[in-house]
Amino acid sequence: MIDYNKILNPEVQSIKPSGIRKFFDLAETMQEVISLGVGEPDFPTPWQIRKAGIRSLEDSKTRYTSNRGLQVLRETIAGYLNRKYDLTYEPLTEILVTVGGSEAIDGCIRAIVRAGDEVIIPQPSYVCYEPITQLAGGDPVIIEITAEDDFKLTPEALKAAITPKTKALILPYPCNPTGGIMEKEDLEKIAEVLRDTNIIVISDEIYSELTYGGKAHVSIASIPGMWERTLLVNGFSKAFSMTGWRLGYACGPKEILEQVTKIHQFAIMCAPTTSQYAAITAMTSCDDVVAEMVEEYDTRRRMIVEGFNKLGLTCRDPKGAFYAFPCIKSTGMTSEEFCEKLLERKHVAVVPGTAFGKGGEGFVRASYCYSTDHIKEALRRIGEFLEEIK
Amino acid sequence: MDKKLLKLLNKDCRTSLEELATMTGKTVEEVAAEIDALENEGIVRGYKAVIDWERVDDSYVSALIELKVTPKAGLGFEQIAKQVMKYPEVETVYLMSGGYDLCVIVKGKTFQGVAMFVAKELSTLESVTSTATHFVLRRYKELDVELCDGTTDDRGHYSF
Repeated sequence: MIDYNKILNPEVQSIKPSGIRKFFDLAETMQEVISLGVGEPDFPTPWQIRKAGIRSLEDSKTRYTSNRGLQVLRETIAGYLNRKYDLTYEPLTEILVTVGGSEAIDGCIRAIVRAGDEVIIPQPSYVCYEPITQLAGGDPVIIEITAEDDFKLTPEALKAAITPKTKALILPYPCNPTGGIMEKEDLEKIAEVLRDTNIIVISDEIYSELTYGGKAHVSIASIPGMWERTLLVNGFSKAFSMTGWRLGYACGPKEILEQVTKIHQFAIMCAPTTSQYAAITAMTSCDDVVAEMVEEYDTRRRMIVEGFNKLGLTCRDPKGAFYAFPCIKSTGMTSEEFCEKLLERKHVAVVPGTAFGKGGEGFVRASYCYSTDHIKEALRRIGEFLEEIK
Repeated sequence: MDKKLLKLLNKDCRTSLEELATMTGKTVEEVAAEIDALENEGIVRGYKAVIDWERVDDSYVSALIELKVTPKAGLGFEQIAKQVMKYPEVETVYLMSGGYDLCVIVKGKTFQGVAMFVAKELSTLESVTSTATHFVLRRYKELDVELCDGTTDDRGHYSF
């Protein structure tokens, strides 16, 4: 009998599995679950993008691409980032095409973090930053982001978290799960803190296309003095509804990107070829479709936010991504209790805020990647639930 | 003009004023006034349900009729189009580019009934030179609404 505990890497074993596993298992056994739980668009990938993928297959474009990704795709990404966010990256050396934004985050952290290095992670935020930092031997330093600060990272909190060991700051905006964004003046204050340091910003901008209320996304890399200390991560999943295509990219100074590329080369080879061809079409001819999707998200966003507030669950106006993050403290329950009871009694699935870090306690994440009818029904059931637990 | 409200009404005209107000970020009064204006200006012409008649009444048939007509001097296709649209059997009339002139969608209880309507009424109109009748065999999607079993959400209940 093998004692696997002696074989497995304790560093890996010590990483906690995701907190919503038990909800998932429970939901799977239920009929008629109305879910607001998913973190991916409901729209299918726009047809012209799918067609470009199909055409590439018909043309037998089925081999490896260069490690960094198709040259023409990297040029397209450079053009897109310039057009949208006023950023300049050299396609040959400063852009790497990856398997989703996830691989880009992993590669960037691994390329710079050594044992004992500290990585500052604002939370609540997406679930991967902490475990990846730990796997790289680094120590996550958590900054708790609050609703009172409109879910923004403040320069004061950042300053307080910096130590001589700080290697990197994760900047996850627009933010999953809070919907918070960092506007230009917010970023300028962060830049002020970082400019004279050697701290690298890993800016996860995967939701950059999804901002509302006329506030276009601003990348920290476009703030003076920040380009050279920023690794920009983005991808195609959210903006173009391409989650299953697994395609993202990292951009940054060539000295760092070269090292990230090495990891990518040995671990991955190259991102999926079909997806790369499809992605060119996504960036060059889908502005209208994306604008339509954003408008639809915005409509749903207004509905769900108003819905929660009417039910007495205070919900700030999320300015980006596609999640509402209402406060459930008024129920006297913890986030987990709330989600578990809501699922059991009303078969409505939302994600406890604590899945995104301790700071998420007292909140739940409700995705609005669903039709308005679906959202209305979910809100109706949540209303019933709140009446019952009074 | 702000097309947002039109898009929302086009998608579901039963959305309540309160909901429309929330979705557009306007007040209920503003939305009500805007809808009144849209109706008065003839931009919003009506509100109808999309019905899958196959599930209710198997004797519902419709057909697309291609009409070739001789346009009248000075009036073009206007006169004949207006003449055709007056029939209660006629659901839709379009002036077309290409191989024929008017596209007419006719509904009736039986194939026979529709065919007879075309033969007796449409084809005998003075300026109509020929007709071609295409019966609808199955309706999959109408007015953006899927009438057959649509796609299901295959995303599961949770993901990050």
